[in-house]
Amino acid sequence: MTDATQGMAAPARKGSLSQADARTIARNRAEKRFQYYGIAAITAGAVFLVLLLTAILSNGLPAFKRATLNIDFTLTQEQFDEAESAMLKTKIYTNYFIADLSSRLEERGIELAFDDKTIERLLGKVGGTIRSHYRENPQDIGEPIRFQLAASSRVDRYFKGSFDRDDIGEGNRFIMPGDLDFADALRDAGILTQSFDWNFITGVDSGVDNAGGAGIGASVLGSFMMMIVVLVLSLPIGVAASIYLEEFAPKNRFTDLIEVNISNLAAVPSIVFGILGLAVFIQFMGMPQSAPLVGGLVLTLMTLPTIIISTRASLKAVPPSIREAALGIGASKMQAVLHHVLPLAMPGILTGTIIGLAQALGETAPLLLIGMVGFVARYPETFLQGFEGPNSAMPAQIYNWASRSDAVFTEKAWGGIIILLVFLLSMNILAIILRRRFERRW
Amino acid sequence: MNDMRIIQRTAGMNDTKIHAKDVNVYYAENHAIKNVSVDIEDKTVTAFIGPSGCGKSTFLRCLNRMNDTIPICRVTGDIHLDEEDIYAKEVDPVQLRAKVGMVFQKPNPFPKSIYDNVAYGPRIHGLARNKAELDEIVEKSLRRGAIWDEVKDRLDAPGTGLSGGQQQRLCIARAVATAPEVLLMDEPCSALDPIATAQVEELIDELRQNYSVVIVTHSMQQAARVSQKTAFFHLGDLVEYDETGKIFTNPEDSRTESYITGRIG
Repeated sequence: MTDATQGMAAPARKGSLSQADARTIARNRAEKRFQYYGIAAITAGAVFLVLLLTAILSNGLPAFKRATLNIDFTLTQEQFDEAESAMLKTKIYTNYFIADLSSRLEERGIELAFDDKTIERLLGKVGGTIRSHYRENPQDIGEPIRFQLAASSRVDRYFKGSFDRDDIGEGNRFIMPGDLDFADALRDAGILTQSFDWNFITGVDSGVDNAGGAGIGASVLGSFMMMIVVLVLSLPIGVAASIYLEEFAPKNRFTDLIEVNISNLAAVPSIVFGILGLAVFIQFMGMPQSAPLVGGLVLTLMTLPTIIISTRASLKAVPPSIREAALGIGASKMQAVLHHVLPLAMPGILTGTIIGLAQALGETAPLLLIGMVGFVARYPETFLQGFEGPNSAMPAQIYNWASRSDAVFTEKAWGGIIILLVFLLSMNILAIILRRRFERRW
Repeated sequence: MNDMRIIQRTAGMNDTKIHAKDVNVYYAENHAIKNVSVDIEDKTVTAFIGPSGCGKSTFLRCLNRMNDTIPICRVTGDIHLDEEDIYAKEVDPVQLRAKVGMVFQKPNPFPKSIYDNVAYGPRIHGLARNKAELDEIVEKSLRRGAIWDEVKDRLDAPGTGLSGGQQQRLCIARAVATAPEVLLMDEPCSALDPIATAQVEELIDELRQNYSVVIVTHSMQQAARVSQKTAFFHLGDLVEYDETGKIFTNPEDSRTESYITGRIG
């Protein structure tokens, strides 16, 4: 050692330590610059995120509020019999309602002239709603019943500020400036109010005649059913496939080919899986159209590569010394994998699975092809019906709403996006919690 | 090597536990072990020494068929454990490994509690009929591993939380818990500090009373300290195999002499 250091002494550095030399200054500058690039990139990302969230919240939050007319209404048996024996039944009910509303306004000292046309423009077909309630609940006849009648979409938007008197063109049959005055008066009287719209979360889709009453509930259920199918199928299949490929399969041409194909499948556009599902599950195997079961199967195909890739990665990350330790004391290969390797790989597997599920939850394209974009105005009646009966899914419902002409549906689409994001966010939080829990155990 | 005890030490006349004849190991095209024949005695510590890559670990891993887990590895020749061919078709390597335990270079406790680490082997082999028996096995094994006193109050603590030397002794206790007949140790002290090494060496000497111990080591001093018989491997050949005292004081082969005096290796 001593010989070497004496013989090969490097040229001594000149200059004081307290004074940075040119090279050091340049290096420090480069480092600073690099840090600024990073900060700039993060700032740009954050700005876009804020823009996105602001857009979603400002457009979507109004969808959760809705103008409703709350009125206590009593129908006597005589009135019911009279209306039911009449020719135009719903018109009679509308007249009852108008009479009731007028008397209530008079009590408050408000005098306003309005006719059944005004009521229809403001609240839709009130007579029909009232009639169907009493026909379905005859025990309510003679009792005071609180009706919550949804205001029409234009009145709703007028209250939310996205619709104005100026927007009413010549000869608009749907709303007139006088209607808005009437709506203002009703609001001042406390009869027409804005409140949180639970119906948006729990309700089902509806058409233009009751645009404000459309809800995302059925599609949430559809998405949920699909996720059950995806989870039940893709987790065991994916994990079993990865364990076999990673731990047991011989390494040869054939397994290499399988590996390459799995990686490629992860990059296949989802619409391809959609048309595959249409051809195989619906046309060949004769499964029902628009069913969450088929949607789940298609999404399973799409999710499998993601789960397999992440599971294999986390199996690979388990140190080989653990396998050796288990084999060394006479555990069989399967015992070594199931008792020691798999538990250690669990956090990674769960994370991969939940990310795969979240991806599947937001997927729209394959659902379009298997017909899950239909108009679903009813909840499935039984649990099984939830799988095989026609339903929609959240992203498909949002897509559907966004393509309708009534502006209320655009608002609902934004609101639906908020609900979808809440689901995705909670799934990611679940992934984090599970990962933490399993990691702490070891 | 100046230790005078090794000259006085003689191996007892013990039965042959493992009988290996003309063993060849190939890693794909690479001929890693060439015609090695060796008789390993019962209740004896046998050391395998030699320079890096000489095949001593490879040969050790043949003795409990750990090489089976490497797809490209091919073993020929005969290895008999108590007159039974361990490479015979009917032999399940899993059963063999319960009889021939192994301790690895790096301490590798399972990321579980100390108790579960030791209890795992007996559990999968069904050695205990109930909890009390299992407790007994665990305690006995930990005592054998000379670590009982240090961990008896925290059997529920994770095995990975112990120090390196304690982890290695835990791994020895774990290997002992399956009631093996032979213990293979692949450089068990190379990741340990001198104090932990001394503890493990002492333990190896105690284990000799019950087991046949085969230890691979890089340290000639260690081989001299713990073993009764020593085998010197060089480039895949078994150069010399004899009593430790003889190998270190009066080797027959010039390569052995060069290695133990530090001229090669």
